[in-house]
Amino acid sequence: MIFSQILTLAAKEFRDRMRNRWVLAVALVFTVFSLVIAYFGAAQQGQIGLRSLEFTIASLVSLVIYLIPLIALLLGFDAIVGERERGSLDLLLALPISRLELLLGKYLGLAAALTLSTLAGFALVALLLYRQFGWPGLLPYGGFMFSSVLLGLSFLSLAVLVSVLARERTRASGMAIALWFFFVLVFDMLLLGGLVATGGRYGGDAFAYLLLLNPADVFRILNVFSLDDLRSLYGLDSIVPPALAKPWLMMLVMLGWIVAPLILARWRFRA
Amino acid sequence: MSESAAIEVRAASRHFGALRAVDGVDLTVRRGEIFGLIGHNGAGKSTLFKMMLGLLEPSGGEVFVDGCAVHGRDFRAVRRRIGYLPENVALYDNLSGLETLQFFARLKGAAREQCEPLLQRVGLAAAARRPLREYSKGMRQRLGLAQALLGTPRVLFLDEPGNGLDPQAIRDLYALLDEQRAQGVTVLITSHILAELQERVDRLAIMANGRVVATGSVEALRAQVPMPLTISARLGAADALAARQQLAALAGVEVSIEADGLRVRCPRPHKMAVLGVLAGFGPGLLDLGIREPSLEDVFFGFSN
Repeated sequence: MIFSQILTLAAKEFRDRMRNRWVLAVALVFTVFSLVIAYFGAAQQGQIGLRSLEFTIASLVSLVIYLIPLIALLLGFDAIVGERERGSLDLLLALPISRLELLLGKYLGLAAALTLSTLAGFALVALLLYRQFGWPGLLPYGGFMFSSVLLGLSFLSLAVLVSVLARERTRASGMAIALWFFFVLVFDMLLLGGLVATGGRYGGDAFAYLLLLNPADVFRILNVFSLDDLRSLYGLDSIVPPALAKPWLMMLVMLGWIVAPLILARWRFRA
Repeated sequence: MSESAAIEVRAASRHFGALRAVDGVDLTVRRGEIFGLIGHNGAGKSTLFKMMLGLLEPSGGEVFVDGCAVHGRDFRAVRRRIGYLPENVALYDNLSGLETLQFFARLKGAAREQCEPLLQRVGLAAAARRPLREYSKGMRQRLGLAQALLGTPRVLFLDEPGNGLDPQAIRDLYALLDEQRAQGVTVLITSHILAELQERVDRLAIMANGRVVATGSVEALRAQVPMPLTISARLGAADALAARQQLAALAGVEVSIEADGLRVRCPRPHKMAVLGVLAGFGPGLLDLGIREPSLEDVFFGFSN
């Protein structure tokens, strides 16, 4: 593996997203949504303005869990299949680069764009929290931002896998949307439904472990468990066994969700 | 492999399920020649092309380019020595022509300084800094060609390089390829416009049903198929009738009188006999034309 080849591909991909203002647009979306949620999240209760740190992060978590997977999937679904349709994939593969370098270059370039827009998009709320709570407030918020980036990277990884598996761009976009529906909307309902239907007789103990099969749930656990108040708020204390209530462990699971789809993608990306 | 071979394909096959897209092909392209690869759609030429480029692994057999196995450990070394222009490549709309070349130059390990002279060589110097979305089809094709020339390749693979080019640009393209050949570069070219290849390739191979059915120069291939020549002669009305009578006596010769004169179709060995008869009319013979079978005729002769 030659690192400079990966870097060249990544730089081109990143520059593309900067130039077509993708990074800027996504950062603006995040900024607007995060400000609105942070400021007006409690409007139903007749309050506006920043509330407690915990409440702000909890509200943002429920935004991010919908938005970031969608954005990451849309960003990456045509990484390979788009080149294939454009006719440039053969050209790239006839150059002195390996398929792994091509995949990693594409992934890292898109990952850099996604990371930058995520960090920039949530930076303004970070500033507000800093003014209100000082450094102690920034630490948990920093954790939230970091885990948001990881969430994005894991769904970007899934998107790149889709872009290798699909033969056409339209099919890839369908697969990406289906993945979003499954992980963000359907998965938890299926799990809960199964638990309720069986009266909790089956899978009750395994429930928490099954949550690890969804990067969006891993993200939720990661954020909820960094804050004591939220634990009881969400009632997650009762379902997540102490063995899993370790941020570093959840972080590792998240890394697994980033690496595994890429390995699968490389395996399917054959000559 | 032999020293003089730029590309050597040995018993190469590629199967997709039950389909034998390429079926036991042996082919040698010599160094420094312009070699054409032709065939119907689905004859297997794209698959063979991709195998030579290392984009598809053969189900059986081997492919060597410039002395190295395409699919072996040396793949980077091989690919540095080839240039490739795919058919209908769209490239990246957001990049300028110069940025596109610089991107490919970095990946190929070619000198950055090569980019601007190459753009100049293909006539894109003025458009170097414009984004590709403003390029016409012909300009994109010329940029693709410049890209293929990055890093002084030893073997050029050009898939339908004339696509989107006007007649002048096609002429420029072949002038550039002749220049490359003079420097010892080997050019492998596919085109469905056979008239375009006819005058410009040293040798060619015809593919049908996944196999190479004929290889050789256009002349050699012509000699292999028993294609009749067509000779047209303009004579006075009385001479035309007399000539028809004399020519009809020759075996295998078909003669007809058309509005613009006599039309004779004859097997190649009878060519001089027919000309002898026509020359006998002296000044009565007002005009004469001979049409050899075109590459297209030869192609249909082999592929049907």
